[in-house]
Amino acid sequence: MTQQLTDRSPAAPAAPPSARRRVVAASLGFTALAVLAALAVVGARPDPSKAVAERGAVSLRPAAAPLQTGPRLVALSTASGSQGRLVAVSPEAPGAPRAVSGLSCARFDAAAGTGLCLRLDGNLTTYQMTVVDSALHIKDAIPLVGVPNRARVSPSGRLVAWTVFVTGDSYNGGRFSTRAGILDTRTDNLVPTLEDWPVTVAGRPYHAKDLNFWGVTFARDDRRFYATMSTAGHRYLVEGDLAERRLRTVRDGVECPSLSPDGTRIAFKAARGGDPRHGWGLAVLDLASGRVTPLAEEHSVDDQAVWLDSRTVAYALPRGRGHADVWRTAADGTGRPRLLVRDAESPAVLDTDRQG
Amino acid sequence: MYLSTIDRPRGAPRPGRRGALTAVGANVLVLGAVSLLTDVSSEMVTAVLPLYLVLTLHLGPAAYGVLDGLYTGATALLRLVGGYTADRFRTRKAVAAVGYGMSALAKLGLLAAGAPTAIGAVIVADRAGKGLRTAPRDALIALSVPEPLLGRAFGTHRAMDSAGAFAGPLVALGVLAVAGTTAAAFDALFFTSFCIACAALLTLAVFARDHRDERPAAPAPAPRAALGLLRGSGTRRLLCAATALGLSTVGDGFVYLVLLRRQGFSTGWFPWLAVGTSLVYLLLATPFGALADRYGRAVLLRWGYLALAGVYLLLASPFPGTPVTLACLCLYGAFYACTDGVLMALAAPAFPPALRTTGLACVQTAQALAYFASSVGFGLAWAAWGPATASGAAVVAVAGALAVTVPALKDRTVEETSA
Repeated sequence: MTQQLTDRSPAAPAAPPSARRRVVAASLGFTALAVLAALAVVGARPDPSKAVAERGAVSLRPAAAPLQTGPRLVALSTASGSQGRLVAVSPEAPGAPRAVSGLSCARFDAAAGTGLCLRLDGNLTTYQMTVVDSALHIKDAIPLVGVPNRARVSPSGRLVAWTVFVTGDSYNGGRFSTRAGILDTRTDNLVPTLEDWPVTVAGRPYHAKDLNFWGVTFARDDRRFYATMSTAGHRYLVEGDLAERRLRTVRDGVECPSLSPDGTRIAFKAARGGDPRHGWGLAVLDLASGRVTPLAEEHSVDDQAVWLDSRTVAYALPRGRGHADVWRTAADGTGRPRLLVRDAESPAVLDTDRQG
Repeated sequence: MYLSTIDRPRGAPRPGRRGALTAVGANVLVLGAVSLLTDVSSEMVTAVLPLYLVLTLHLGPAAYGVLDGLYTGATALLRLVGGYTADRFRTRKAVAAVGYGMSALAKLGLLAAGAPTAIGAVIVADRAGKGLRTAPRDALIALSVPEPLLGRAFGTHRAMDSAGAFAGPLVALGVLAVAGTTAAAFDALFFTSFCIACAALLTLAVFARDHRDERPAAPAPAPRAALGLLRGSGTRRLLCAATALGLSTVGDGFVYLVLLRRQGFSTGWFPWLAVGTSLVYLLLATPFGALADRYGRAVLLRWGYLALAGVYLLLASPFPGTPVTLACLCLYGAFYACTDGVLMALAAPAFPPALRTTGLACVQTAQALAYFASSVGFGLAWAAWGPATASGAAVVAVAGALAVTVPALKDRTVEETSA
């Protein structure tokens, strides 16, 4: 009544015809699947003929004189064919064809002739933080662990800050953590993570294991900066001091700060109803009065905004899979958001006196 | 003793007379191959999902955290449903195939899903498929070999399974190395993962054998009979052991995080900790399964607890250095090799054949729920006391688990409960 299993091996020479037919059918199936998968992988290879690699066509050098036409922008392209490439956008016609550089990044920022590019490090599991000069030549590179999330250059171009997202797929108990670091490009002084600095919450020393930092923005003095600190369900705006290596909380419920060119206001995103599941709203905080002005953008904004000038902020909104557009809206909450650059993200303004 | 007399094919190889591979039977190797392919398929997605979510879908950390929390616990009920359905309709293979198929379709779903909620649904479908298939598959393994060879059979299956988990991230890296990291490249990767999952399904459909001819026309077990299973003292002891095992396991993530903090090595090594553990597990699973057949499965289970206690002791100790890290990973891999397949080999013969899949599902569910509770508890202990003290508390938990398990699972439990 029990049938032997050991002589049913598919490769057994004495297999009956039906078994042989099954082996043939299965082999055909495996071959078909392998061919389909190989075709898909080979078909997804980037087409070298489409990639425009004009290194040097994009420059980060600020213009000598302020332009009448508006701020000059660079951004990362999300268009098929040039995805991830740094592109220069004409201020007169942001929708027009743009100069495409050979530099590919996952996140980018630039100021005063210094560029910060967070990118894959050849070996696909790791990233590197790359500092480039105005001709996009690499000046410095540091390996990063984690997926890049935010990049910021100080107004003087001296300090660079990055946030990586240390995900723990199967090994972190399902929680994420972020790590924010700062490099002084002049002294090579490196702050690998802000987590080791002493923190005060509402003036009192604070100790916790669950501190996460992200979204650094620098003040003009190359010493003070702002960032987000999350702990115990709160997302605080913190002010940091690079000379004293200390952090203090300023306000709760402020994420991804961006300091205005005059240093008086902070554009930020705030979780709607305090719950990130409902998305984020964009707003501006006046540092002196503490007044918060919600901006006109109604979509959820999961980005660190940049100031185009003292009256306007720009940010990326995802569109479909793999695409994003850069939008602009007034910093006083009036008007309607307008499309600034199609098929781009990580915008950086080259010639305003913007800050942070 | 009817299990071993009925299930052992006449003239089947006795343990030790032939090599381990032929001794465990072709069906176990087929099921191992199915698991291997499925694990390659799912681990290649797991390895790149964070990359994909952030780079292509532009999700921030918080959105990702929300997604990740979605599937915890969602599969516990499905596991029981899958186990009982397989018993009720006496088609373990069909239920397992539905589970494997769901996970395969989920890979295809990743191609279409662009929004976080859709991705969440896809992840849940994938997990649900895993929940559905695990118990029927383990029941098929149990039916494929004579009872004295169960430890070796489960060991071999788990070794093949973790070989797939080991290879998956490498396959993903290979695909991305060829295709880049554009949205199209991720599409190709998900499609490749789908093709590999289909190959697993094809292997299962064509080569795996269900064991339907053991008893002609036995009445299908009623739900009440399934509930009655819980009343048996053998079942209760197994559930106790599974729960104790789950409660004393704080989670891989925590073990690696404590190692990272205590040893202070670069975070770049972090993924390699999991790789090291699976490598040890992969190498030891089959030999330890054979040892379990020879010296008793409960004995091996106890050695597993001791290895686990060793891991936590090292984590609580102040000793620094690479040797400590390596010792931790070896002990941790050995713990898995002593317990994961061995518990199933211990449990399978303890249930009546008509309700075996349900029984295995109960044991797996108890273990999974306890494991979830202990992970939450360890997280709280870490926050309150710090990693060293929390690890010390974990040693106490293991000792407690041993104290519960040793009297519950005396050796030769197999004979006692099935005679």
